[in-house]
Amino acid sequence: MPAPLDPARPYRLSPGVALRPEPFGALAYHFGNRRLSFLKAPELVHLVVELDQYASVHQALAGVSERHRDAFRRALATLAAADMIIPQ
Amino acid sequence: MTDTREAAPVPALVEQFKGGLHAPICLTWEWTYACNLSCVHCLSSSGRRDPAELSTDEIRSVIDELQRLQVFYVNVGGGEPTVRPDFWELLDYAIAHQVGVKFSTNGLRLTRERARRLAATDYVDVQISLDGATREVNDAVRGRGSYDMAVRAMENLAAAGLAGFKVSVVMTRQNVAQLDDFAALADRYGAQLRITRLRPSGRGADVWDDLHPTAHQQRELYAWLLGHGEKVLTGDSFFHLNALGSDPLPGLNLCGAGRVVCLIDPVGDVYACPFAIHDAFKAGNVRTPGGFERVWRDSELFAELRRPASGGACSGCSAYDACQGGCMAAKFFTGLPLDGPDPECVKGHGVTALAATDRSAPPPQGNDHSHRTVPLGMPAVRTHRPDRFCDVSPLAGADLGGARAVPDERGTS
Ligand code: SF4
Ligand code: SF4
Repeated sequence: MPAPLDPARPYRLSPGVALRPEPFGALAYHFGNRRLSFLKAPELVHLVVELDQYASVHQALAGVSERHRDAFRRALATLAAADMIIPQ
Repeated sequence: MTDTREAAPVPALVEQFKGGLHAPICLTWEWTYACNLSCVHCLSSSGRRDPAELSTDEIRSVIDELQRLQVFYVNVGGGEPTVRPDFWELLDYAIAHQVGVKFSTNGLRLTRERARRLAATDYVDVQISLDGATREVNDAVRGRGSYDMAVRAMENLAAAGLAGFKVSVVMTRQNVAQLDDFAALADRYGAQLRITRLRPSGRGADVWDDLHPTAHQQRELYAWLLGHGEKVLTGDSFFHLNALGSDPLPGLNLCGAGRVVCLIDPVGDVYACPFAIHDAFKAGNVRTPGGFERVWRDSELFAELRRPASGGACSGCSAYDACQGGCMAAKFFTGLPLDGPDPECVKGHGVTALAATDRSAPPPQGNDHSHRTVPLGMPAVRTHRPDRFCDVSPLAGADLGGARAVPDERGTS
């Protein structure tokens, strides 16, 4: 089980994950653990792809509009639990 | 899907799925109609190889296309896919091209040596078909010797350390009472149980009246699933049972045909769902210009299936949200209207509708590849095939504020 999301740390998309663009956002597939996730908003896809540019998850979320922020934080926690995003 | 509501005006994922995706999530691909068995309920009426089946090179080029489309895994079935002499080579080819494979087999070729090699291969899942927890119940449907063959295969897989392979059971009137036994059997081999719904597709149409679970058994099944849902895969195939209670079964709970699910058959025809091998649901062929992608994106049939549907006769039903009127294929092959109740509607509307339908002239099935020996008195049996959007609902479990992680099963319905 991966460690829970630590928003103080920098994260990145796992190298084992491929994103497939879809009308709702993207499908993420982890070739290692064979899990499938749905990124349910284009803004979330953007956030996940750019995650490695930020010094922490907190900072990455700071750029997200307020109405999305809580949901995206939870989404990132789910993705971390599935090893889709990993601490760098 | 709860959090999205307060967060952003994103329509529920299920609603978005109805409009179709860039590529399927649950793609079933049958590599041959040939089969060593003749299961009475075979949904693809398999038995004999079709001379027009895709060649090794053609299969390779479809795999290339699926890689390009980012179809991350396929459910390979048949017939019995391992009777193809190029099966293992194609399996390796798919895996090398980032198309993971789960294949369904009756166990025919799963020797110890083969099991060892599979255990050493990433991105492959094995699913053994078994329709009875006892030899008697299984062989009545799948044919003599099929139980022993499946058990030998499971022993070999377990001995090779291939943990978590699937044992896949089609639920019938004869085996609902064996649910606990199936779970124990899967445990014994370190496997995961998967149960799916019997549909009146292929040869299944001939036996559906006698084999589909009774109304009482459907309730038993629903209760059992609520108690064991976490551990058991269902291919999301029992969503019509959601109308029985307020707890929806885990899963997508919609008919994924042509939206997230589809079938490529052994001759390259593309159908909306593996349980719908019939001209009415044929969208095209991978051999035509534009290949699979053009069929998936541009076929008129799929466009039609992706348009919002009215609930028809079901729209007044209090359970419509949970049940969605059930399975398109089950309705079609029992002669019921597609916008009405499922033949196994838990409110009893299916029974009423069936009584008003002329059951003596059911819609004809698609291509029949059954062994010609069947009418001469051979037991008619064959492997049932994987199912669809199939296996777990991609949605099972996670509460996503925009992302949803799903366990390793795939499926819909
Ligand atoms: S509900 Fe029936 S027709 Fe629809 S995808 Fe599932 S099996 Fe196919
Ligand atoms: S009437 Fe239709 S929606 Fe209602 S339970 Fe029956 S099949 Fe499902």
